[in-house]
Amino acid sequence: MSSTLEDAGKSTKFERVDVKAVNSKEERSLYQARIKIFPKRVAGTFRSLKWWVMIITLGIYYITPWIRWDRGPHAPDQAVLVDMANARFYFFFIEIWPQELIFVAGLLIMAGVGLFLITSSIGRAWCGYTCPQTVWVDLFLVVERWLEGDRNARIKLDKGPWNFDKFRKRILKHGIWLLIAMATGGAWIFYFADAPTLARDFFTFQAHPVAYTTVGILTATTYVFAGFMREQVCTYMCPWPRIQAAMLDEHSLVVTYNDWRGEPRSRHQKKNQPEDNPFGDCVDCNQCVAVCPMGIDIRDGQQLECITCALCIDACDGVMEKVGKPRGLISYSTLDTYNEAKQGNAQPTSWQSFIRPRTFLYFGVWGLIGLIILYGLLVRDRLDLNVLHDRNPLFVQLSDGSIRNGYTIKVLNMITQPRDFILRTEGLEGASMTMPGSNLGPSDQVAISVDANTLKKVKIFVKVNGENISGSSMEFRFVVEDVNKTESISTETVFRSAN
Amino acid sequence: MTQIEKDELSGTDTTGHVWDGIKELNSPLPRWWLWTFYITVIWAAGYCIAYPAIPLITDSTKGFLGYSSRAEVVEELKLADDAKKSFLEQIEKLPLAEIRKNSDLLEFAVAGGRSAYLVNCVQCHGSGAAGSKGYPNLNDDEWLWGGSLDDIFLTIRHGIRFEQDEDTRLSDMPAFGTDEILDKNQINDVAEYTLSLSNNETDGEAAKRGAPIYEENCVSCHAEGGVGNRELGAPPLNNAITLYGNSKEEIVETIANARNSVMPAWGQRLDLETIKKLTLYVHSLGGGEQETAALNAN
Repeated sequence: MSSTLEDAGKSTKFERVDVKAVNSKEERSLYQARIKIFPKRVAGTFRSLKWWVMIITLGIYYITPWIRWDRGPHAPDQAVLVDMANARFYFFFIEIWPQELIFVAGLLIMAGVGLFLITSSIGRAWCGYTCPQTVWVDLFLVVERWLEGDRNARIKLDKGPWNFDKFRKRILKHGIWLLIAMATGGAWIFYFADAPTLARDFFTFQAHPVAYTTVGILTATTYVFAGFMREQVCTYMCPWPRIQAAMLDEHSLVVTYNDWRGEPRSRHQKKNQPEDNPFGDCVDCNQCVAVCPMGIDIRDGQQLECITCALCIDACDGVMEKVGKPRGLISYSTLDTYNEAKQGNAQPTSWQSFIRPRTFLYFGVWGLIGLIILYGLLVRDRLDLNVLHDRNPLFVQLSDGSIRNGYTIKVLNMITQPRDFILRTEGLEGASMTMPGSNLGPSDQVAISVDANTLKKVKIFVKVNGENISGSSMEFRFVVEDVNKTESISTETVFRSAN
Repeated sequence: MTQIEKDELSGTDTTGHVWDGIKELNSPLPRWWLWTFYITVIWAAGYCIAYPAIPLITDSTKGFLGYSSRAEVVEELKLADDAKKSFLEQIEKLPLAEIRKNSDLLEFAVAGGRSAYLVNCVQCHGSGAAGSKGYPNLNDDEWLWGGSLDDIFLTIRHGIRFEQDEDTRLSDMPAFGTDEILDKNQINDVAEYTLSLSNNETDGEAAKRGAPIYEENCVSCHAEGGVGNRELGAPPLNNAITLYGNSKEEIVETIANARNSVMPAWGQRLDLETIKKLTLYVHSLGGGEQETAALNAN
């Protein structure tokens, strides 16, 4: 590098970094092995935002299983619990039974449409801020920087010989990474069992092998994904960047290098600029490349690899301040704003760009599903009745001329208190019921007690007098009602006979 | 002749193979792939040593871990047996009525009875225990020899008209026609009479003529008014259920030739616990009678 190229950097206080954007199109051939990236530390608005997002998301992830929620003596007191063994899902005041999984499906659809909404309005914010891959890579980088120092120190250590110091630092780094990875897998299992009990069992080696296997697998994936694979996960493994390409349009916020302002970039001082082609604001310090965790150069324009973490914005703003130029050479901007600016009509992106048919549609669908779920949750029954008519035999002729049908009845008490119910038939003349195993004689109603939060299966025989038989198949209803008359539900079924 | 050269564009060696002027690059396998392959090879070698793997002429190598899938099954079966043990002991020990009072024990017994039923009884009584012509329906409330737990147990254990068992349930309806006890007209009349007991007669005059014949020949077993007698396995004739059909022709045939069907004594083939379980299963089908009810009926 000639000294004339260096003079701009010397006279001001910013550092010019010797870095290549290893994952830019020009630098990376198809069969090339991965080149390690050593992202430089940066401070600024978006970095601070990312710290907060990291604290909040990790906080939610680690703390949630430990929140208690009193549901009385008949149900677990963990606020969020996926109880696989008993096939129940608890979320604070909501309890979901397997047949209500449609609510969970609805939530997943909302999450999907929500991603569309976010992506079409503020771009790949999910990727840049909240995706677990991003968050854990950030966390691993914190450890890496703390032990090995910032970019230059890390490069030096990486290239240096294996001496005691390097060995010590590396062992420590990988040890802490593994601990974090284990804590990640460790937190995951607490969502599936009572957290305090499982924690005690886990550390005394009495937990179920599934728990150890799960922790093992998640430890391995976290350690490998966040420690070694990093940006490759986003570029090669994740389908979302590809899908997002279809979500983004000219009104979506993306991290943009405002080349109309920056180009031609120059390392010379202003006084040296040619008169016919004045320099742009970009001083070609390469800070934006040095901080990029994806190893690209944002100045090449929008590209698949960019997760819009906005760290290059922070880096560039810092330099712009030092050289006394306005911030925002690299900024969040829509393609529309950028094109306008290129025409000479520079304006910041307004919030109005978020309001357009596309986002309306996404928001509408998202909101509608949300309302349907909410409505469904508010009106859903906490009592259910399934009736299964015996098929073999379909009916039984009794000696007094009456006909008997057998039914398997399932009463689902979906609240966390035991309840007593009365079962009766409706719309079947001359019917009486018996329950095998009970010594009660035939009667027109049967009492059934169901434990809290469980299903009870009973066998019921219904007998109809011969003179009341009016066809080979008579429709009627079973009705089950809470003894306190708070809730009742009925199910249609048939009574079969020969004639 | 193969000539390995360096490809200028990619900087990779060629394999020296040329097809139609196209040269093949010697691109090595991805390293992760190769290493995974090596690891599987090592794994396979280790597996062959640790587990049964190599077939020999009459046997196979055992592997130093001593693993055997058969031993594993035996172990699992033993665990399952252990789990059932307390139930089985109780079923063996307790009287039937006591078992029936314990709902857990009853559920276990009924489930076991159902399995035994599906192996031993379905051939005649049908998979739904609904029987067929000549084979009683076990779901209904009519019992030839009684529907209490003890009666059902006795029937299953010793069978009906099963000569090899001394304690078998025994009775013999005469073949009124074949043995020439009654003539054709008398059989016709008494058939009409028995039909009239369940209000199904086709000829009232004949039924009236049949009444004295019934008094003379049938009442000793089927009792006054055709209520039947379980001591003798004589079915009631005054209700809606008939074992061999309710038509005039079928009843005439029954009276003329008699029906003395046989049920094997299962006590010779099944252990008592299984018979107890079968009893509880049959009793649970819907027609099972209480002990007191059974006494009254007799």
